[in-house]
Amino acid sequence: MEHVCARTNYDPGDHVTDTALRELADDPSSRKRFFKMIGGAGAVSAFGVVLAACGDDDKDKASSSSDSTSAGSGDAKADNASDLKIVNYALTLEYLEAEFYKQVLESGMVKDKEIGELAKSIQENEQEHVDALTATAKKLGGTPAPKPKTKFEGVISKGPKTILETAADVENLGAAAYLGQAGNIKSKEVLAAALAIHTVEARHAAALNQLVGRGFKAKKGQGSIPDGPFAKPMDMAAVLKAVQPFIAS
Amino acid sequence: MTSSRLVAPELTTIEVQGLTREAFLLRATLAAGATYGALSATPYITNALAQEGGGDVDILNFALTLEYLEAAFYTMAVKQVKGLSADEAKLAKKLRDDEDAHVDELTATIKKLGGKPAAKPKVAFAGAFASRAAFLKTSNALEDTGVSAYNGAAPSIKSVEVLAAAGSIVQIEARHAALIRLARGKSPAPLAFDKASMMDEVLKAVQPFIKA
Repeated sequence: MEHVCARTNYDPGDHVTDTALRELADDPSSRKRFFKMIGGAGAVSAFGVVLAACGDDDKDKASSSSDSTSAGSGDAKADNASDLKIVNYALTLEYLEAEFYKQVLESGMVKDKEIGELAKSIQENEQEHVDALTATAKKLGGTPAPKPKTKFEGVISKGPKTILETAADVENLGAAAYLGQAGNIKSKEVLAAALAIHTVEARHAAALNQLVGRGFKAKKGQGSIPDGPFAKPMDMAAVLKAVQPFIAS
Repeated sequence: MTSSRLVAPELTTIEVQGLTREAFLLRATLAAGATYGALSATPYITNALAQEGGGDVDILNFALTLEYLEAAFYTMAVKQVKGLSADEAKLAKKLRDDEDAHVDELTATIKKLGGKPAAKPKVAFAGAFASRAAFLKTSNALEDTGVSAYNGAAPSIKSVEVLAAAGSIVQIEARHAALIRLARGKSPAPLAFDKASMMDEVLKAVQPFIKA
């Protein structure tokens, strides 16, 4: 997962990643529109790199598990599989968040009443996100990602300051993670759901940043409004690497 | 083999950058009107999907009008509101600067798409600057409305680039809303799913601030 498009059995001949992307590559008018949109010759090479670097080795697996009869190439099926991956990625992050707050509340380490109430309300939000994403994964015909085994003990034992700083970090990551996926989501319904969660994560992040004394800009750029007027997205690989310490193998 | 440290096999595949949303939007594999598990998640989806028609330029101009409104609001607030704490005054200035930057960005994006940026609206905020409480309350309403406006319009955006721009702005609006809500002693995130509002709802909400 350190490599953005690392594939174990990547084979561009057999595994067409993203049908829409391939079509775009083959369709001069779409391509022209795209290049006009982002305006620059640099786009040509970027486009080539994306195509060359990314394959989808899970497509066949995902298709066969959800539908073993249809032999059609199925753009809809590929889109579905792609959205399912994103939904399950988000679900894993939400599981981590919900579990973190749950353990924090159970630990009794947070004595401050107001902070405890905030933690509880955030925990409830995250649990609702877990429920909604689980339902969405099922709706897409997939298997929801399992609840990860976590390791937050180290953080929680260090007390309220570390707990809140970690919470802030995780919420900032969450917001950046959703922002990083918005453009990749194919279904409007899934996009609407992701956006509705995205801004809630951002609210949590801003509140927690404020609470731990991070101003508008703080260390590592994680202030309450961390990136100035425009929030920055993070890709899946970077987010997963950042949450790695909290996942027990 | 996938790394054993990963929690879900799905996570081993990394996103492919989409290029235009246009192709994608036509392919929603779910029936329109499909509901999502959590009941509380349904209204925002219905609203977001009810919003069709117009193009990216229309959506951007809609957003630009809101940002103009917010920018004007904070520009006036910074000069007029008395009784803000030092932190609150700093926040008001920060919000003004952010909204100004959003106005500039949206204007530039509209021009890049070959569109004509909406004119700056004439505004009137009545008693919103009369006191700290009045200012915070109006600010809270504006920011929450901004979030719901972007969330409602974003799924209809066709270009991935425009969607990315809108996403990076709405996250900041949500952060603004949370900070203002905290200043008011309110929950920063009152809902697990932020609302998605349709354009006419948003326009109705901001109507009182716009002079005909």
